[in-house]
Amino acid sequence: MFNSAKETFMSGNYIENFFRKLGKPLVRFTAGLGELSLFIAKSVYNSVTPPFYLKLLGKQMIDIGFYSLPVVALTTIFAGMVIALQTYSGFSSYGAESAIASVVLISVTRELAPVFSGLMVAGRIGAAMAAEIGTMRVTEQIDALVTLSTNPFKYLVAPRVLAGVMVLPLLVLIGDVIGIFGGFIIAVYKLGFNPANYINSTINGLESLDIITGVVKACVFGFIIAIMGCYNGYKSRGGAQGVGEATTNAVVSASILILIFNYIITELLFAK
Amino acid sequence: MSEYKIQVKNLHKAFGKKVVLDGVDIEIKKGESLVVIGGSGTGKSVLIKCIQGLLTPDEGSIKVDGVEINGADEDVRDAMHAKMGMLFQGGALFDSLSVWENVAFGLIENQKWKRKDAKNEAIRVLRQVGLAPDVADLSPSELSGGMQKRVSLARAIATKPEIIFFDEPTTGLDPIMADVINDLIIESARGLGATALTITHDMASARKIADKIAMLYKGKIIWCGTVKEMEKTDNPYVCQFINGSSQGPIKVEV
Ligand SMILES: Nc1ncnc2c1ncn2[C@@H]1O[C@H](COP(=O)(O)OP(=O)(O)O)[C@@H](O)[C@H]1O
Ligand SMILES: [Mg+2]
Repeated sequence: MFNSAKETFMSGNYIENFFRKLGKPLVRFTAGLGELSLFIAKSVYNSVTPPFYLKLLGKQMIDIGFYSLPVVALTTIFAGMVIALQTYSGFSSYGAESAIASVVLISVTRELAPVFSGLMVAGRIGAAMAAEIGTMRVTEQIDALVTLSTNPFKYLVAPRVLAGVMVLPLLVLIGDVIGIFGGFIIAVYKLGFNPANYINSTINGLESLDIITGVVKACVFGFIIAIMGCYNGYKSRGGAQGVGEATTNAVVSASILILIFNYIITELLFAK
Repeated sequence: MSEYKIQVKNLHKAFGKKVVLDGVDIEIKKGESLVVIGGSGTGKSVLIKCIQGLLTPDEGSIKVDGVEINGADEDVRDAMHAKMGMLFQGGALFDSLSVWENVAFGLIENQKWKRKDAKNEAIRVLRQVGLAPDVADLSPSELSGGMQKRVSLARAIATKPEIIFFDEPTTGLDPIMADVINDLIIESARGLGATALTITHDMASARKIADKIAMLYKGKIIWCGTVKEMEKTDNPYVCQFINGSSQGPIKVEV
């Protein structure tokens, strides 16, 4: 029995089938990774070399930044509020006031504001980018750009990537303030702390590293959102269905990458 | 300089295992209008896209004004694109821009025209293709199919290209509108003295705008000649195609 099992194993069918099954997705994955790397390289190169389409950049900054303010404000304020509440229920026996202020400060600036803003903007903007560029791809508008001697990477991708990298940090800074304010509301109006003391603890606890961490994360997240939106749109095929898939892929891949890179950046900055 | 504006030799293109172009040869003289006919899905659009560098051929040579394009640097391609205009099968108008901004796109982005001058020029070209100035500020989505084709034609000719490509210019239009577009194509190409490459399966259109006709079948040019020669030919493939018959050597793969 052992022998016959060994025989089939040795006969090669087993190994061959195994590698054949593994091979196709592996090759496809590797090819996809290569394609994405090339896309990123082209995007970065074209983002930092002229000509720059400043009008398009401005439009993207308004789309990504200004119109994302309401969702970012809503998510960060509730994030700050819930952290204040949870910290109180966990730490109430200790010196709660300063503990709550600094926990809210650290968690909002380092983690919650960047991650929530990133995820919200990925849903809002990553999807819109993939849908718009995808539609342009399947209706041959991207080909039309090329025949009109315009580089689609400079005209379509660069403004989005630059706007993503520049605007997300601003959004996160605003999210920081709003999130901390959310914690303040709960601390003062629900838990009955002294507002002046709470503000004092917040200011005393403030460290530039916390803010910088959030801003660095925001830059990376902005880049990820724009690249995944543009890449998925750019390579979409096959009409409305293809554009739909591109949109989903853009949001899902950007969200996952945001969480992965959030960990990596935290590890790089804080692991001792 | 070469006497030919466009020379394509032994062009091959496959998508995976599916061979679309299998050794295509085409020559177009300066100022000539070549129409490539062929059934749906025979690779007519792929051919035009290879010539324009929108798709990379697997093998073969493409020369424009005697300069090799296949595998050339971006500078060479940019210089070539500046000489070309293209009317896309679906129009491919930029829907984030107004009609006049579409028409003036090449003028503003590449020839660095001032917006005001470019708008006046766009309105002039729009009038040339039979559109009133008041469509200039509309969005492309507010226009009918025939009007979109005209705007797309206006965009293709606004930069005064030396070579114009027309990808199924009359498909999806009623016969009268199709004839209007044919006339506009002839007028604008002749007016500019441009070399034209049109692909179509509309025989009325082909007869009207062609100096020469070539037939693409199974990835190769199987016949080439003038319109008169086409009417007299006994090539069974061409006869079947121009008569639109289901009987003959061309088998439709279902
Ligand atoms: N980008 C592409 N990827 C894969 N297959 C393609 C692509 N473009 C065209 N094809 C295939 O090539 C064939 C020819 O297409 P096309 O040139 O558009 O035909 P037509 O002669 O109707 O213009 C079709 O079977 C199509 O499926
Ligand atoms: Mg076609």
